[in-house]
Amino acid sequence: MRSDGEQPDLLYIDLHLLHEVTSPQAFDGLRQAGRKVRRTDLTLATEDHNTPTDNLFTIADPTSRKQIETLRANCEEFGVRIHSLGDAEQGVVHVVGPQLGLTQPGMTVVCGDSHTSTHGAFGSIAFGIGTSEVEHVLATQTLPQSKPKTMAVTVDGSLPEGVSAKDLILKIISITGTGGGKGHIVEYRGQAIEELSMEGRMTVCNMSIEWGAKAGLIAPDEKTFEYVKGRAHAPAGEEWDAALEYWRSLKTDEDAEFDREIVIDAAELSPFVTWGTNPGQGVELSGAVPDPASFDDPIERTTAENALTYMGLEAGTPMREVDVDVVFLGSCTNGRIEDLRAAAEVIKGRKVADGVNMMVVPGSARVREQAVAEGLDKVFTEAGADWRFAGCSMCLGMNPDQLTPGQRAASTSNRNFEGRQGKGGRTHLVSPAVAAATAVAGRLAGPADL
Amino acid sequence: MEKVTTHTGPAAPLRRSNVDTDQIIPAVYLKRVTKTGFEDGLFAEWRDDPAFVLNQDAHQGATILIAGTEFGTGSSREHAVWALKDYGFKAVIAPRFGDIFRGNSLKNGLLTVELPAEAVEALWDAVEADPGLAVTVDLVEREVRAGERSWPFEFDDFARWRLMEGLDDVALTLRDEARIAAFESNRDAWRPRTLPSAA
Ligand code: SF4
Repeated sequence: MRSDGEQPDLLYIDLHLLHEVTSPQAFDGLRQAGRKVRRTDLTLATEDHNTPTDNLFTIADPTSRKQIETLRANCEEFGVRIHSLGDAEQGVVHVVGPQLGLTQPGMTVVCGDSHTSTHGAFGSIAFGIGTSEVEHVLATQTLPQSKPKTMAVTVDGSLPEGVSAKDLILKIISITGTGGGKGHIVEYRGQAIEELSMEGRMTVCNMSIEWGAKAGLIAPDEKTFEYVKGRAHAPAGEEWDAALEYWRSLKTDEDAEFDREIVIDAAELSPFVTWGTNPGQGVELSGAVPDPASFDDPIERTTAENALTYMGLEAGTPMREVDVDVVFLGSCTNGRIEDLRAAAEVIKGRKVADGVNMMVVPGSARVREQAVAEGLDKVFTEAGADWRFAGCSMCLGMNPDQLTPGQRAASTSNRNFEGRQGKGGRTHLVSPAVAAATAVAGRLAGPADL
Repeated sequence: MEKVTTHTGPAAPLRRSNVDTDQIIPAVYLKRVTKTGFEDGLFAEWRDDPAFVLNQDAHQGATILIAGTEFGTGSSREHAVWALKDYGFKAVIAPRFGDIFRGNSLKNGLLTVELPAEAVEALWDAVEADPGLAVTVDLVEREVRAGERSWPFEFDDFARWRLMEGLDDVALTLRDEARIAAFESNRDAWRPRTLPSAA
């Protein structure tokens, strides 16, 4: 919008999503300055980070309750639409936007949450912002942004049977490291990306931030348009045609130049899991915990040593011999209907291993409803899993869904940071199919191992 | 916002890389609805450990944190910056920062400065040898100084100007209000809205 060379460019924001954790101080800022929300019609709030998943209405922790009540009061005061607990559209903010059809190609989407990159799956520029920026967008519907660099990740060929979008993105992050994408907007492309469902594309874009990228996106195609079509906020009639014409123009030029490019051969991929305490510390499920001494870089070596101590793992242990206590299926990475289906397919007719607690938390109330309609809830409960209400839950352990010190989890979420899922908790990031197989085996496993 | 130009103070060496924002402040400490009071959550997982650098007598009162690379990656929580500020830090030095954390820090006047890994290593050694050593982070000269040594750093001109003038971003942007309004009047009608009409 503004581009005068001296100041950073000013970017207009087409959709601003809010949740209870990163917004209260922003609303406070508006109040203090006597400002209002410039475009309530481009703003949407949902409750997700703090919400209970064992019931819909009782938030036991008073500080969590206060935060949610504050969001409700702020939305009321400033005229912002909110989807509260109990509402059919409540859920994790990055599941809700796409399912309402609010996320569309060629938009700019922001949210005070780093996994906003999820929305890039529709060919939009979507990124996470801090609370000061939330306030800025509320007040001006714009953000000053300097131009990022560009990068392409090309995945040639088709993913082998049994390899999912999650395995692919975990592999990418293990190659780049957590800082490899810093300052870049990444375009994922190539045959394997084109072949992914929209859910799979969201999983890939979701974890862009885990390798430091500013945003990740995938060029929109017929699959994208088909997904958007008919949703509550999708354009209709003549407007649909106008939108479609614009969306079709959004393809990246064949000969576009990127500042950097990574090429991956899909045929070489297999199920992938993490062994350490950042998402870049991953290995094939068929592999073993690496020896820190095998890292040339001294910083990586120390980081690996610390990670093994924290994780309570010995170098050389085959990943398939790592026992788990908890399995978490959910989050904005893998809490959509397709993810629940993939896990249900594996666990159907089987039982969660003794001593393992498997928690299934749909990404949104809508996803939950659909899963129930498909009978997936029965599949999970009959297997002995715990079927919950929608929210962020154990992805970040802000509500009571937390690991206890020393507990080990296989989790379909996106961060295996120290303490992320509860103080002292140990996390292995996995795909939904691996999560389900792990629950049955009681140790890290793929469907083929059952 | 308070103007930020240069800061001198004792430093604490945090010999760790990949200190993500979940480690800076775990989620359970994010429940406040104010911008202050987050110091109790700072590095909460490590604060029980007497050997942790911020628990050492020698580093009480440190106002500069010197950390390993990829400091502040992960979650967008601005609470990480508030916690560091509430604890008393005025500046953080590291080879590389997470983008969102860096942006957040500059919006709150926490000076985050990138120095090469060798410089960080030298600073770690220097403040471990002499915990009282005064370290200066000079935004005007774009230079870090400690004892006899100094290291230049790069810093975006616009961000530097904003910090040195203590300018409020929103007010700055609203000077362009007319352009925002003009842009809005030209947006495609089919673009999605969360509400039937603008309030
Ligand atoms: S599910 Fe996890 S990553 Fe996604 S928004 Fe919630 S806390 Fe963040």
